[in-house]
Amino acid sequence: MDIKAYIVLSLTLFTIGIIGVLVRRNAIVIFMCVELMLNAVNLLLVAFSKMHAISNTAKLSPTFASDAQIFVFFIMVVAAAEVSVGLAIIVMMYRNVHTVDVNFLNRLKN
Amino acid sequence: MNNILQLVWLIPLLPLVGFVINGLGRKSLSKNLSGIIGSAVVLASFVLSMLVFMQVKSGTTASLHYFNFLELSKFKVAFDFKIDQLSSLFLLIITGVGFLIHVYSTAYMHYEDGKDFAKYFAYLNLFVFSMLLLVMGGNYLIMFIGWEGVGLCSYLLIGYWFRNTDYTDAAKKAFVMNRIGDLGFLLALFWLIAKVGTLQFDEVFSSASLAKLSIKDITGITLLMFVGATGKSAQIPLYTWLPDAMAGPTPVSALIHAATMVTAGIYMIARSNALFSLAPLTQTVITVIGLATALLAASIAIKQNDIKKVLAYSTVSQLGFMFLALGTGNYVAAIFHVMTHAFFKALMFLGSGSVIHAMGGEQDIRKMGGLHKHMKITSITFFIGCLAISGIPGFSGFFSKDEILSGVFSHNVVLYSLALFAALLTAFYMFRLYIVTFTGSFRGTHDQEHHLHESPKAMTIPLIILAVLSIVGGYVGVPEALGGHHELALYLTPVVKSAEHHLTHGTEYTLMVVSTFLVLISILFSWLKFRNYKIEADAKGFGKILQNKWYVDDIYQLLIVRPLQNVAGFLNKIVESKIIDGAVNGLGKLINYGSRQMRWLQSGQVGAYVLLMVIGMLILFFIQLFL
Amino acid sequence: MGNYFTFPDLLIWLPLLAGFFCFFAKEEKSARLTAIVFSLLILGVSIATLFFTNDTKYLNYNNVNYIWLKYLGANYYIGLDSTGRMLTLLTATVFPLILIATSKTTIKNAASYFGLIMLTQAGLMGVFMALDALTFYFFWELALIPVYFLCSKWGGESRIQATFKFFVYTFAGSLLMLIGIIYVYLHTGTKGFEDGVIVNHSFSLVSFYNANLSATEQNWLFVLFFIAFAIKMPIFPFHTWQPDAYDQSPTSVTMILSGVMVKMGLFGLLRWLMPVFPSGVIHYKNIVIILSIIGVVYASCIAMMQDNIKKLIAYSSIAHIGLMCAAIFAMNQIAVQGALIQMFNHGINIVGMWIVVEIIERQTGVKKISQLSGLASTAPVLTIFLVIIAFANIALPLTNAFTGEFLMFSGLYNNNKWFAAIAGLGIILSAVYTLNMIQKVFFGSTNAVTAEVKDISLNEKIVLMIIVGIIFFIGVYPQPLIELTKDAVNNLLVRVK
Repeated sequence: MDIKAYIVLSLTLFTIGIIGVLVRRNAIVIFMCVELMLNAVNLLLVAFSKMHAISNTAKLSPTFASDAQIFVFFIMVVAAAEVSVGLAIIVMMYRNVHTVDVNFLNRLKN
Repeated sequence: MNNILQLVWLIPLLPLVGFVINGLGRKSLSKNLSGIIGSAVVLASFVLSMLVFMQVKSGTTASLHYFNFLELSKFKVAFDFKIDQLSSLFLLIITGVGFLIHVYSTAYMHYEDGKDFAKYFAYLNLFVFSMLLLVMGGNYLIMFIGWEGVGLCSYLLIGYWFRNTDYTDAAKKAFVMNRIGDLGFLLALFWLIAKVGTLQFDEVFSSASLAKLSIKDITGITLLMFVGATGKSAQIPLYTWLPDAMAGPTPVSALIHAATMVTAGIYMIARSNALFSLAPLTQTVITVIGLATALLAASIAIKQNDIKKVLAYSTVSQLGFMFLALGTGNYVAAIFHVMTHAFFKALMFLGSGSVIHAMGGEQDIRKMGGLHKHMKITSITFFIGCLAISGIPGFSGFFSKDEILSGVFSHNVVLYSLALFAALLTAFYMFRLYIVTFTGSFRGTHDQEHHLHESPKAMTIPLIILAVLSIVGGYVGVPEALGGHHELALYLTPVVKSAEHHLTHGTEYTLMVVSTFLVLISILFSWLKFRNYKIEADAKGFGKILQNKWYVDDIYQLLIVRPLQNVAGFLNKIVESKIIDGAVNGLGKLINYGSRQMRWLQSGQVGAYVLLMVIGMLILFFIQLFL
Repeated sequence: MGNYFTFPDLLIWLPLLAGFFCFFAKEEKSARLTAIVFSLLILGVSIATLFFTNDTKYLNYNNVNYIWLKYLGANYYIGLDSTGRMLTLLTATVFPLILIATSKTTIKNAASYFGLIMLTQAGLMGVFMALDALTFYFFWELALIPVYFLCSKWGGESRIQATFKFFVYTFAGSLLMLIGIIYVYLHTGTKGFEDGVIVNHSFSLVSFYNANLSATEQNWLFVLFFIAFAIKMPIFPFHTWQPDAYDQSPTSVTMILSGVMVKMGLFGLLRWLMPVFPSGVIHYKNIVIILSIIGVVYASCIAMMQDNIKKLIAYSSIAHIGLMCAAIFAMNQIAVQGALIQMFNHGINIVGMWIVVEIIERQTGVKKISQLSGLASTAPVLTIFLVIIAFANIALPLTNAFTGEFLMFSGLYNNNKWFAAIAGLGIILSAVYTLNMIQKVFFGSTNAVTAEVKDISLNEKIVLMIIVGIIFFIGVYPQPLIELTKDAVNNLLVRVK
């Protein structure tokens, strides 16, 4: 399949993620949008890795193509850890202020 | 002791020791003791000076090297003394007159506290020390040390009664005016160092180093030196401090502001005569300034009513005469006049001190009168002083003044007539002073009249000695026209060139007769005018201008002091705090303000942060991809 | 000659040690005593350095050299040449005088106060001995930081603002210098260590002297360094931090600032600026001299208008420093020699002035000239000392400052006669403001503020007597001081020309 299709898909997902982060005020939705962006990038990484591997098979060892895919797993692991921390923060926030609206949390101002 | 010159270092050291003893022991010494110490050290110096004088007279002169004051690889100043005819003569005047004034002071300052009394003697001794350093110095730097030192002592002694603000003002004025002159002197020294590389008298005046100086250099150096002399010797334009300096105790006025310190400028120029003789322009300037000062001060003296002020202006005027002599190249006459002036002016100041003492501190001659009856010695000696300063034949002033005048005559007849006019004014105001003070009837309060008395012996004996000197002092310089040999000129020949005489004896006789005749007329006129002195109303017209001293002080105030204060105030208020500090603080404020504005970006809204981040990223992309 | 390589180390470590002891002292008295004893010890060491000298060759100092940051080519490299010896002697002399003279002033938190003062001394010593640019910079800041805390904690009413300004101003200058140091560092040659390691660049003074810099680069670097030193000295127009800082600091800190710290700037010129950028010096010297001379006249004019006695002395100090800076840049033997000995003399005299001011302020609580009057009646001994010190400050002959000023003016005159003539106005103006101050504060009759003033106590008398003794000794016989600094002058001039 043409690499362009993957790029367009990733870009679309990423943009949706950005717009979601920018326009929504619910912390959980924002969080989901961040995950969406992360996964858009993951997808792109895998796609590029595959493309790279195909064009260079002749010269390089078979392990070469798996490098980027291992990175993706790392990202997923880190993202999982991040989700657990982030969700914990959101739960704590809800307990304290009884809302998950991010605009409500501007106490650092002034 | 075959060579007394080995001991000259004792001459200045003894007064310094006196200063230290009196200064440190001012609380424990009794008044008698500090007076005795103060006088004895000066007497000892006088005796040594006498021996030195004898030695020098027999033909021995010396440059004595003690240690190197400053030694750089290219430039060296030694701590040297130079004992020659000129300095030995000044040593005699300083220690001799100085000693008499110390003795006089023991009685005059009797009313002071023990502590202040010792302080006074300490200052006097310090002054003598500085003055001796000034004349003994073997180079300009040592001379300058003494030069500033006498200025300091003058400051301390004028402000001796420091609780009175007017007095301390006068002291301050004297010091600052002197400093203006000192700057000129210093610049002259720097010029010399730059061109000749030394300040040693012998080396500077050697023909080798004079050859290194162009006529421009010599003129510049001598003019700057003369600026220094105008400060110290109270000439136009820096003379105004001297009349104010009368705020000090009267013996101080006699010692510092008449007999010795103010002649430092004359000494310096006489010492540098090798330079000044090569600078005709400077000589012209000195002549003009000297004559102008003589006339101006004499005219002011006519209308003054403070006994010490009259004497002060008379001093300024006499110093003008000395500069006139220097300007016309007649160095011997100037030194001669320094000597005779030291005698008769010290005499008159001490006489006025005696009067003030008797009057209980009153200095206004309008409130005196008829004092002759009460204080005969003072009156007679003062009268001798008046005769001497007026130039009556037979008295010392006649010889020295005549020598100056005949020197001027051989130069320029117009200058001569102006100088003669100044001399006539001198006779006029001095006899006005004498007549108003000592003759007629007493005009003061009854208490004062009751209190009038002759001063104690410690005061009258110095008066008598000085009176004798005022008479005989002139006979060391009897001109050839009167059958003398002018011993003084002969004595000074190795150091100072005598003026060449162009005048025939006949002309000299004529000049003497004319001036004596005119002086007598002037005295007569003075007697007629003030014989029946009544307290006058304030003068009007020209008299008022004279009474207000030609408004010179006010003009200085208006032209120099006030603008300087305004400029300083402007710098302080506007430039310093608004512009320079304003710029520094302004920079700080700008950063502060900028930060405050930037702060609004930190809104605390998560969405805003993310938006900014996205925009930032887009900008980066844009730059990366398209630029 | 003996082994004297330990002297530079001792001069730095003794005050550091004293500082740490002071920090842990329990009472005010023991902290003060520690500081005084150690400062006297340091003075002893410093005097000893004068007798163990052997610097026949320039840059062949009696030095201490430890490897510090090896791969940067930076060593902990200190040593004493003749200028350094003179200034460390000044530092070592001034500190015990200050500590003894102010021993009647009560101080809160004395332990940290004296600890910081001794740290300052360590920093100052380091500045005057550093032979490595990074070491120099390190000590330069080390001397500044304790002073910041001293001023901001123990100062007067508006201390925070004054100290903030002082700190930020001087620190900004230091950063400019740091940029300059790094730039020069990157243009130095390689340096080899004994164990065979060779690094590309070095911070040592010698390699700075041999740095490969074009004339244009030198001009720029000159400006960077000069601004740092000009702020520290300070000269016109970088001086505005100084009057406020002097006014608001506790007096003993003011004494340190004016007696020793401003010499850091002048020392920086002599050690790190002029020899490193000779062609920059030639390019800018007239501008610097003109600025300095403007500063002399300008500061003197402003001093005349001051009512605050501390600010008056501050401005008079600016005028004096300006003259020294001008003389240094006149670059002839007479002027530089004059400036060097004047650095020492000015330190002594101004500390004397501050001691007198401190006594007055402590007893009356007033520092406005207009509110004081007639102190000569109530405190005659104090008056005598002040008059002597004040006249030394305006360079009357036979006091120490005269020789220095005479040489400086004479050298300036050799450079350009108008420079000397205009700077000479400072001589007159200094007389005006000093005499005004003496007249208003000491003469006249006493008023309510001054009627109860007592004369000075024994310890103050001793300190002032020592100062007056130094004033007269150097005034009558300045040759030892000249001998001490002669080499430095010649070396500098050889280097620059």
